[in-house]
Amino acid sequence: MMPVGLAHYLVVSAVLFTLGLIGVLARRNLLLVYMSLELMLNAANLALAAFSRFNDQLDGQIMVFFIITVAAAEVAVGLALIVALCRQRRITRLDELTYLKL
Amino acid sequence: MSDLLFYLLAGLAVVSGFLVVLNPLSRSPVTSAMFLVATMVCLAGLFLLLHAYFLAAVQILIYAGAVMVLFLFVIMMLDLKEEQRQRFSRWRVPLAVGAALFFLAGLAGPLGRAKALSAATGTAVEGHTAPLGQLLLSTYVLPFEVVSAILLVAMVGVVLLSKKESK
Amino acid sequence: MTFALVILILFLPLLASAGILMFARNHPAASAKLSIGAVVISFLASVALFRSGLSAENLPAELAVRWLNVGDLDIAFGFRLDLLTLLMLVVVTGVASAIHLYSWGYLRGDRSIPRYFACLSFFMFSMLGIIMSNNFAQMFVFWELVGLSSYLLIGFWFERPSAADAAKKAFLTNRVGDFGFLMGILLLWSQLGSVHFGQIQTKLAENPQALGTLTTVVALLVFCGAVGKSAQFPLHVWLPDAMEGPTPVSALIHAATMVAAGVFMLCRVFFLLALPAQWPAWMGGLSWSALDVIAWVGGITALLAALMATQQNDIKRILAYSTLSQLGYMVMAVGLGGPSPAMYHLATHAFFKALLFLGAGSVIVALHHEQDIWNMGALAGRMKVTFWTFLLATLALCGVPPFSGFFSKDEILALAFTQNKPLFFLGLFVAFLTTFYMFRLVMVAFLGPAKKPSASHARESEPVMILPLIALGLPTVLAGFWGIDAVFGRGFHGSTEHAGTWWQQMIFPFHHAPVPALASLGAFAIGLASAWRLYRQAKTDPLSTALGAGSRLLQHRFYLDELYERGIALTQDALAGIADFTDRWIIAGLLVRGIHGTVELTGRILRLFQTGNVQTYAFWVLMGVSALLWWVLR
Repeated sequence: MMPVGLAHYLVVSAVLFTLGLIGVLARRNLLLVYMSLELMLNAANLALAAFSRFNDQLDGQIMVFFIITVAAAEVAVGLALIVALCRQRRITRLDELTYLKL
Repeated sequence: MSDLLFYLLAGLAVVSGFLVVLNPLSRSPVTSAMFLVATMVCLAGLFLLLHAYFLAAVQILIYAGAVMVLFLFVIMMLDLKEEQRQRFSRWRVPLAVGAALFFLAGLAGPLGRAKALSAATGTAVEGHTAPLGQLLLSTYVLPFEVVSAILLVAMVGVVLLSKKESK
Repeated sequence: MTFALVILILFLPLLASAGILMFARNHPAASAKLSIGAVVISFLASVALFRSGLSAENLPAELAVRWLNVGDLDIAFGFRLDLLTLLMLVVVTGVASAIHLYSWGYLRGDRSIPRYFACLSFFMFSMLGIIMSNNFAQMFVFWELVGLSSYLLIGFWFERPSAADAAKKAFLTNRVGDFGFLMGILLLWSQLGSVHFGQIQTKLAENPQALGTLTTVVALLVFCGAVGKSAQFPLHVWLPDAMEGPTPVSALIHAATMVAAGVFMLCRVFFLLALPAQWPAWMGGLSWSALDVIAWVGGITALLAALMATQQNDIKRILAYSTLSQLGYMVMAVGLGGPSPAMYHLATHAFFKALLFLGAGSVIVALHHEQDIWNMGALAGRMKVTFWTFLLATLALCGVPPFSGFFSKDEILALAFTQNKPLFFLGLFVAFLTTFYMFRLVMVAFLGPAKKPSASHARESEPVMILPLIALGLPTVLAGFWGIDAVFGRGFHGSTEHAGTWWQQMIFPFHHAPVPALASLGAFAIGLASAWRLYRQAKTDPLSTALGAGSRLLQHRFYLDELYERGIALTQDALAGIADFTDRWIIAGLLVRGIHGTVELTGRILRLFQTGNVQTYAFWVLMGVSALLWWVLR
């Protein structure tokens, strides 16, 4: 087994990202899609932290910090939207959300 | 030792992530949320391995602690039905998987070529709070302020959005 | 001095025309005086000019004013005076003066006399313009103006549909000829860089190959103008119909002057036509020169017209076909290399043909506008002056010595005899036919028994119509002795052969070329005898019953009009069909609906992307990003 290096971390990040992607595209429950989205963000965070470590810089970690912060804000707003939507229109599935169709 | 830890944590993370997306045992969203929490905890562990101590803490506190709790609140509040069986579009899942794998394959190229990446695990940088804080408030002070504004806006927005329609 | 006269001659008729239109719209007498006055003064000025020019050595003289200057093209508005011009001027203005006077009597009582005289004066202006032009472009302008005048005058009684149609036909047929003419002029300009007669003549003299392989083509294109204007086959169809106009108009325009303009033009540019044969490469090595073609066209016209004349029953139509036939003679003469005999015949023909038409007009008026000869008869005793002048003119036309027509016709036949035997025999046959149909006319209309009661009540016409008849009778008889062709001869060949006493001049043709002279006399004799036998006492035409279908063929003018009409209709339909197809299938179908369809199809395809489903959009975004990723990272 070779020593753990950047490549390993990146592989993990990629796999997690792909899983999140599948979740976003394939699931129909609104909240599950949203959670998959969070998974993708986390994967990105991991990649950034790994790069930061292996390039001897702290900038990557700063970026992760910001990403977490913004993600938190985004989750708050997004969930508020979902709540409002579900209350008004009784939507549970993403398929039904086609109000923007031309 | 740290290698072993890495493999353990990485494996757990991947498995948990898989279970978030596709859970054969339970179709409840709560289960998926739980596994997402598990993934985040594993990720925090990985951060620790990367000497990003502050980040690990933040990850647990905010992501796993606040964000996922919020998620669970909403899940339970909305009380969504369990997802029904697929009724139409059998193409959906294969297509999604195919697209994602296609994407992954795109990434694989550079990954495969980057063999020399298992280089030194540098010791120069440690992600403690103080150095991060210093960097944050010097070079990245603008994004810092902007993010504060974002948080404020988000808060206001959420309050507005969740108001009931006044009759 | 000379050029003051020239300008006077040309512009006086124009001023008269304008004056009538502006001031004398409702005054017939005043308009007649203006018009007649203008043309008579022009005639006197022409005679003066002729006399002064005859002795001078400074011909050809030119006067030019700069007119159009575009790039390489420098067109002047100019006058060219040489012997050809001077003589044409005298002939044209002389005949015109007689006819102008005659018209006053002929149109007495008509509603639109001022319009008539205005058009007539305008015609004079245009015709004189053609004669005096010194370059192709100016001549073409006046050429078209003459066509316009002809249209106005043929359609003078435009309330009659047949007259309006005839005017249109004349104009359109002329237009076809003019198109060829214009092509020729443009080719000349492009090859030689000039449209001026003198300059072109000089250039061609220096370098006969200047036009290269286009030589004969250009000559024939220019000839097209004459084919149209002088009603040669195949553009002869307008002339008989042009008889719808008043008889003086027929006399002036369609006998003496306008139709002669074509022949005049050919003589003017003879140097172009006489160049040796040269055809473009893709047409192969044709050996026919332009003159060959011209000669045969003239010959064919003469023959066809004479044949058709033998079975016509309208007095004006017979004369119209006779004109066609004689024009054919003139063109044939040019083609045989003899512009001088052609012009000679043109001049003599102008006199006696005008006289014939005026005489016919006199008869028509006396019989209250009756034109069918089979409704006439026994007019010789009742209309003496008309009859005798008519007879004199007929004899001149048939080429009987000592009348003018004999000399001019004989020159042409002599030329044919030496140059082209088949055309000589053709000319001889036409001479026989000419005598035949003319004496048919004379017998039936004047000498035979009266066929209808109206004929026996005819009276001689008024003096204002008789005087011009007499006036024209004089040159008809005497022009042979004036040696007009000596004038031309000097103009063309520099010979002055026909000096001597009048007896010597009359004998000269027999001396010079006995065979043609005697042969033509023989043709006359046979023609007269046949006509005498068939028509002396006839009340109906025995020949039509004898020939049967042949007679109908001749009466219907070989069905050429029907042929043209069918041809034009076919072409028009074909073109319309093509245009319709293009418009319907290619433009509307392929282009318009094609573009519309393509755009709509594209729109429909793109619309499929708009599902409204967020995940679908996410999918496509992913595809795009993956593609980008592949492209960047490969």
